[in-house]
Amino acid sequence: MINIQNFSRRKFLKRAFAAGTFVLGARLLPEPLWADASSAGPVVFQPDIFLGIASDGTITIVAHRSEMGCGSRTALPLVVADELDADWSKVKIDQAIGDPRYGEQDTDGSHSVRSFFDQMRQIGATGRVMLITAAARQWGVSEKECSTEPGFVVHKASARKLSYGELAAAAATLPVPRKEDVLLKNRSQWRYIGKDNALFDLPDIVTGHATFGMDAKMPGMVYASIEHPPVLGQKIKSYDDKEALKVRGVKQTLTINAFKPPHQFQPLGGVAVIADNTWAAFQGRKALKIDWDASPNSVYNSGQFRKTLESTARQPGKVVRNVGDVDAEFAKGGKIVEAGYYTPHLAHASMEPPVAVAEYRDGKVLAWAPTQNPQAVQETIAGVLGVKKEDVTCHVTLLGGGFGRKSKPDQVAEAAVLSKQLGKPVKVVWSREDDIQFDFFHSVAAMYLKAAIGPNGKPTAWLQRTVYPPIGSTFDVNAKYADDEMGLGWNNLPFDIPNHRAENGPADAHVRIGWLRSVANIYHAFAIHSFADELANAANRDSVQYLLELIGPPRIVPLQYTPEEQDEAKRYPLDTARLRHVVEIVAEKSGWGKHPSGNGHGFGIAAHRSFLTYVASVVEVEVDGKGQVQIPNVWTAVDAGTIVAPDNVRNQFEGAASFGASLALLSEITVTNGVVNQSNFSDYELVRMGSAPKHTSVYVVESDAPPAGVGEPGVPPFAPAFYNAIRAATGKRIREMPLSKTKLL
Amino acid sequence: MIRFKVNRTERTYDGDPEMPLLWYLRDIAGFTGTKFGCGISLCGACTVHQNGDAVRSCSVSMKEVNGTSITTIEGISANGLHPVQKAWMEIKVPQCGYCQTGQIMQAIAFLNQNHNPNDQEIEQAMSGNLCRCGTYQRIRAAIHQAAKELA
Ligand code: FES
Ligand code: FES
Repeated sequence: MINIQNFSRRKFLKRAFAAGTFVLGARLLPEPLWADASSAGPVVFQPDIFLGIASDGTITIVAHRSEMGCGSRTALPLVVADELDADWSKVKIDQAIGDPRYGEQDTDGSHSVRSFFDQMRQIGATGRVMLITAAARQWGVSEKECSTEPGFVVHKASARKLSYGELAAAAATLPVPRKEDVLLKNRSQWRYIGKDNALFDLPDIVTGHATFGMDAKMPGMVYASIEHPPVLGQKIKSYDDKEALKVRGVKQTLTINAFKPPHQFQPLGGVAVIADNTWAAFQGRKALKIDWDASPNSVYNSGQFRKTLESTARQPGKVVRNVGDVDAEFAKGGKIVEAGYYTPHLAHASMEPPVAVAEYRDGKVLAWAPTQNPQAVQETIAGVLGVKKEDVTCHVTLLGGGFGRKSKPDQVAEAAVLSKQLGKPVKVVWSREDDIQFDFFHSVAAMYLKAAIGPNGKPTAWLQRTVYPPIGSTFDVNAKYADDEMGLGWNNLPFDIPNHRAENGPADAHVRIGWLRSVANIYHAFAIHSFADELANAANRDSVQYLLELIGPPRIVPLQYTPEEQDEAKRYPLDTARLRHVVEIVAEKSGWGKHPSGNGHGFGIAAHRSFLTYVASVVEVEVDGKGQVQIPNVWTAVDAGTIVAPDNVRNQFEGAASFGASLALLSEITVTNGVVNQSNFSDYELVRMGSAPKHTSVYVVESDAPPAGVGEPGVPPFAPAFYNAIRAATGKRIREMPLSKTKLL
Repeated sequence: MIRFKVNRTERTYDGDPEMPLLWYLRDIAGFTGTKFGCGISLCGACTVHQNGDAVRSCSVSMKEVNGTSITTIEGISANGLHPVQKAWMEIKVPQCGYCQTGQIMQAIAFLNQNHNPNDQEIEQAMSGNLCRCGTYQRIRAAIHQAAKELA
């Protein structure tokens, strides 16, 4: 849904654009909401997405999605610029504040380009048509005789041209053409889409001038560091701040109320130390003495909990997809293979810990934050402080990584709460220890899989059961079953098996649970693709050939879709031809089958579709005589449909291999009596240059299918491909993440 | 009174001598290109040069800064013209970018000492710098490229 308007003469624009600027606005809604919007009637006034062309030729494009390293702040404006035929060097990007009129702004789920590609094209193309009209009138020629080159309208017959800047004032007076009269470019005419453009912010990043949340400031601000309750749900019984107040630079302490369940994105509560710099606030905190009351979550021990999850995974659960009759097939008494898999909690650990600056004044809040979701900032602060959502203004800085953590704005709400108490702007800085201990954790999970094997070694029945505390627990204290997570690689197994059942069992949450880069796909892909490889091993078959047989012939996999998913299902059916294709690419590129596995050297494969993108990875491992593992190569093939920025796509998938390597090799969060045991990179380890995959080759399939996700889909196949390679190299089957839990020798 | 230089300019400081250089740079002097990532020398985001050597500014106290010369990313080249910055841009290393100033500072100090490093030496030198976005492969390539240009 798009409704483009000419805003050039609106008074409110004066702040953002110089007089005479040609400004186009559009109301943007992601596709699933199109139906609602048309029933809402015509849009009268929507200061939403703006494309501004000033008389000096400067083009301003508003980015309404957050930039956390995935490139959408560059990619979407690039699409506008391409259809506008703008000179990219003249483009300035304005980061939008949080505002529901932009439609959905939660930069998660790998869908910024997918959901807004068409609209961005339309805005750019509309601007181009209007500039052509303005030029044609000035020259007294037909619009058809005019064309554009970057930044100019050209009349070839008379060798005349006018710059967009020169035409801006005239274009500003024109009516917006009807959608039918706006011709989009052919793919072959794209100048920027599909080419290797650098990130808009690249020069600022390498010179240290980029502004991240950590760098935001407000005049007169003070710094706060908060001691949170060690166990979720604990409240302060009493506290003693005498020693804290003696720390040089510490001004005072304040308390923040504990959340009201469900916790959602509310502050956890605790004691804040206010100081005139970050370090003093950190030091003051160390000197606090706090007595906490009890919380029911103190019973939580992740080691114990694992047993509960694993036993639930052996019990019948809620059926989320059924094909044929697995029970009848199992009852026939043929060959059965079964296995259980386990994955721990994970923390996001973006390099920039949570941080925010906020000022409360006269019932209004102004915040600067590295947030994936500025509208959630508005909602959360409105809820906690009892102000109107519209009275919360949230500016979005660059994010020093997000990975899903920064969709939850609890730290921004903390800053607002403290500012209200203090009457001045407050910057809340989380330490790394805060970040790791008080995350919205990736869920711990147990999976159980069982297959009946037919005479040709292929499964005739496949049962899969998954159990974990759901993300829904963040919003509903009674949530025990997964919801959206089922679509993340569980109720859509793309295998050609006559009898199949997918189930989900119940589990309670005792820590905050949230989504982490690719979310439930991580444990689902781990279980499914480890199991597929186990079956290949059991049948004594080549893993790639076996996987292709499991996927079966090219076809559209029939799945059940909810009414909201119908549009998506039409545009993005689950197509096994595309899945097979990425498998074939990585098999060929990796020289699969040409190097014998064993003696500490092995290759493994996995292929997983997530966020509508088809990905296959082959991982090569070398295990030395001490059991040390190296990853010399990863080959990843990606079919994400139409690509805006191919080099950035390669970078995302290289990074996803590293992200996958961290969780496959090293990272684990454990909990004792409700308290998280890890606290910094010493005990929550991530791969470094020497332990990360040494070389990741990314092959991007050329496709004119609609664009799909890029930020997340590289993560899920990595871990199973890696463990399958470990099995090939050493004969050891890994059924538990991370690898550091298992002695290879 | 603690006397030192930041980016070739004389400075003095008479606050808490235990304060880490990182927080002086960020909160007091306003050089926010130097980042906070862990506070205990485990991530390298805070890397600056002290008398030309790469140090973790989160773990150098102001009293240890006395009499020394500090260079931050802002003192390297405002236009990004240093060969290491140029290589970073040509290879398009950054994703979120948060770790990258620390990576660049570490790489510059390393290349000043080793003009023709091999992969292993690069991995060793860069092992203290985390990148959660996982840009290691490009960092390695950019260091090789910068080494060539510097030679
Ligand atoms: S902040 Fe200094 S090494 Fe991490
Ligand atoms: S680029 Fe994001 S942490 Fe390195």
